[in-house]
This record gives sequence, C-alpha cells and structure tokens, in this order.
Amino acid sequence: MHGLVRKGLTSLFLFSLASAFAPFAARAQENPYFVAYDHYLEEPGNLEIEYFSTFGTQRNGNNFHAFWAEFEYGATAWWTTEFYLDGQTTFGDSTVFTGFRWENRFRPLKHEHFINPVFYVEYENKNGADKILKEGEGHDVEADFLTLNAEARKEHIHEIELKLILSSTFKGWNLTQNTLAAKDLSNSPWEFGYALGASRPLALKASAKRCTLCPQNFIAGVEMYGGLGDRHNFGLHNTSHYVAPVLGWNMPSGWTLRISPGFGLNDNSHKFLLRWGLSREINGFGSMVNRLFGGRK
Amino acid sequence: MKTIAAALGVCVSLLAVSVLLAQSQDPQKSPSGAAAKYDPAIYEELQKAPEKARNRLNPLQNDPEAVAAGSILFEQHCAECHGDKAEGSRKGPSLRVPEVQNAPPGAIFWILTNGVVRKKMPVWSKLPEPQRWQLVRHIKSLGGPTNSAGSNAPKP
Repeated sequence: MHGLVRKGLTSLFLFSLASAFAPFAARAQENPYFVAYDHYLEEPGNLEIEYFSTFGTQRNGNNFHAFWAEFEYGATAWWTTEFYLDGQTTFGDSTVFTGFRWENRFRPLKHEHFINPVFYVEYENKNGADKILKEGEGHDVEADFLTLNAEARKEHIHEIELKLILSSTFKGWNLTQNTLAAKDLSNSPWEFGYALGASRPLALKASAKRCTLCPQNFIAGVEMYGGLGDRHNFGLHNTSHYVAPVLGWNMPSGWTLRISPGFGLNDNSHKFLLRWGLSREINGFGSMVNRLFGGRK
Repeated sequence: MKTIAAALGVCVSLLAVSVLLAQSQDPQKSPSGAAAKYDPAIYEELQKAPEKARNRLNPLQNDPEAVAAGSILFEQHCAECHGDKAEGSRKGPSLRVPEVQNAPPGAIFWILTNGVVRKKMPVWSKLPEPQRWQLVRHIKSLGGPTNSAGSNAPKP
C-alpha cells in the first residue's frame, strides 16, 4: 500500500512538472494572499498548479521548512475544487509527508455585490507533524511544533473545516474577511479562527505595451490571521496571531510569484515566517481531460 | 495508510467527475469544436444590465491608449474562451455580433463586472475598473466578423 501511495504521489508530481512547462499557460490575475481568501474563483475548465513554501523560526526547538502543492480546478464559474499535498522538513530532525486536503469553494450569488460571500468546505487528512500554517485556528500555538517528527506523525487528524469568506473590491482595493470553524472528526470541540486581507494592484490602468515589470502586474497588500479558541474557551486566550505583508507578481508568461514575510504578534506565535509561492495556470485543462477520455474534439 | 490511499482515490475520482460535469454543462459546446453557432439567446444577458449600469459612460472613451491596452488584456484574459479574434469558440460566444457591438459600453462593463456565472462566464471584477473599461474600448473597436473567421454570426 505504501508503494501505491508513493507511485500515486510521484505521478501527480511528474504531471504537475510536465504541466508547469506546457505551452498552454494562461496569464492569471491572482491575489497575493497565502492564508486569506477573496471571492474570486478559478476560471471554469482551468487548472492552476501551485507550490508554496513556509520557513518558520521555532523557539526552544529547530526551525522548519513546510511546503505544499496545490491543484486548483475551476469546475464551474461558481465552484472551485482544490487538492493539496503537504510536507515539511524540520532542521536537525527529518522530512515527512504530512497529509492531504481537499477543498471546495462555492459562490452562492449570481452577481457581484458590495460584499460577496463564498462558502468554503475542506476535508483534511493529516498527521500531527503538519506545519504549513495554512490557517490560524483554535488554541494552536508555537509550542505545539516542538514535538519530534517521528512522534508527531503518529497522530492522525481527520478534520472538516468550514469558512465563510466575505470579500469586497472597491476602487481597486480588495478587502476580505474569513471566519473559520474547524472540527476534528474525533471527539474534539469546534475550533475557530479568522483571516483578514487587504490588497491592491500597484497600478489600476493597464499599459498599452507588453511588459513584465509594469506596476499593474504587481499586487501588494497585507494579511492577518489567527485562532479564536474553541467552543469551550472562545477568545484570544492562548492563541497565536500573525500579520504579514504580501506581494504578488503576475508575470505575462503565466507564472505568478508570491512572497510574504510574516511576524508573530504574541509569545504564542512563531516569531517569523517567510512564505513564498510559485503558480501557473493551465488553460482548458478540463477539455484536455475530456478529450483524453474520448469526449468531443 | 489504507485510509490515505482510499481518500486519495475518492478525491481524484471527484476531481475527474467535476471535470466531466464542467464539460457537460458547457452551453456553447458544438460537435465540430469550431466556433459556436450563433444563438441570440446567449446575448440576452446584456439586456439584463440595470438602467443605471447601461447609462454609465466609459471614462476612458478619449484615452488614446485604451484600445491597445484593452487588446493586450483581451489576449490575456478573454481570448481563451472568445477566440483570438473575438469571433467565438466552443467555450464562449462571438463578441463581434451586433448584440455586443451595438450594446451600450455600460452594459458590456456590467457583464464583465458581474460575469454570467451560471453560464460559465467568470466574474472579472478582479480586474481593476480602469482595466475593465479598457477592455470595453477594445471590444467596441472590433466591429463585425472578419472574412477569415469561422463565426456563424450575422453581419451587423
């Protein structure tokens, strides 16, 4: 069974690698956030392949580098589905695969409004060594990361995560607020968290000339996220919080580069997180798969 | 590990189903894979733009660079579905038809902003407002179908 999983993961990796160099990439207009979500979904039929990386400092322990790959597909204009593979390296310890996630986002309203809701549902199957810090929730604190990988990976976590994303775009600014509720499918209480984001392109008008370094290709902003305790102990007590400037560069070649230095806001948080990510959108992936299975040309 | 493999299988299966579902929902699909057949009903969404939106004037109407900038934006974001020459493909309708070319700029801007999400046209409000107006300028500058096109749309 281990061999099967390894083969599957290798295939996915090779596929993503091949796709990344395929000539049918689209130029995307991606937001620069790492944790917060806005209300924009993937264009229908397109696949976006993304790699993200987080370097984190650890007090009283070894620093770590967590990484994950995302496969984001626009099933329809109102439904985006996404599959993640996560892993991490703890310096002086080991490198481990930490699990997978399956995420879905649904846009319930037909038209654009001042505030646009999106429903988010995610299933996480991960182990206790997971360190990607994709969200702040419950009473997760820096000290939880001190456990050695060999010990931490023995803990299996099956979790459902729900989010209400409320996002607004006004005069070029995107403002978004995410409220999170997560439930470990074992006998654990509901945990809560939040993420806030604000971003804006450096220029609102597009240039009449093709360019790579034009200001409209860059989107800058800031995001803040953290935990809000759980059902029995709701609030900020014993929770971690971060603030992180974010910068996204949408290159005309179809690649998007994101970078974000993050800073812990209290003693329960990692002092410093450096995140970066690279993504590429593949046009018409749905049609290609359809043809592969004998669909209409 | 069995659970992981099973869940992985379920996820991949669901992903495949979503791909096939998306294809089956494509309203523009044609057997030939060529340009979509002209169907006036597709353009009815333009009529749904509220009066206030329809009456909006393009603030970049006199901007000499708006059409060129809009052309680049079109190539980057719209050509995939509407075709390089905006004459339509099986994924999206032609924009060179009279329904679009004679529509008020405000109505086209409204469609760009709101999308037609039930018919696979995404919301494009993630493009800043000036860029959407640049796209409107480009679309309105296209005129009717070109001779080399495979479009089935009538000449305006």
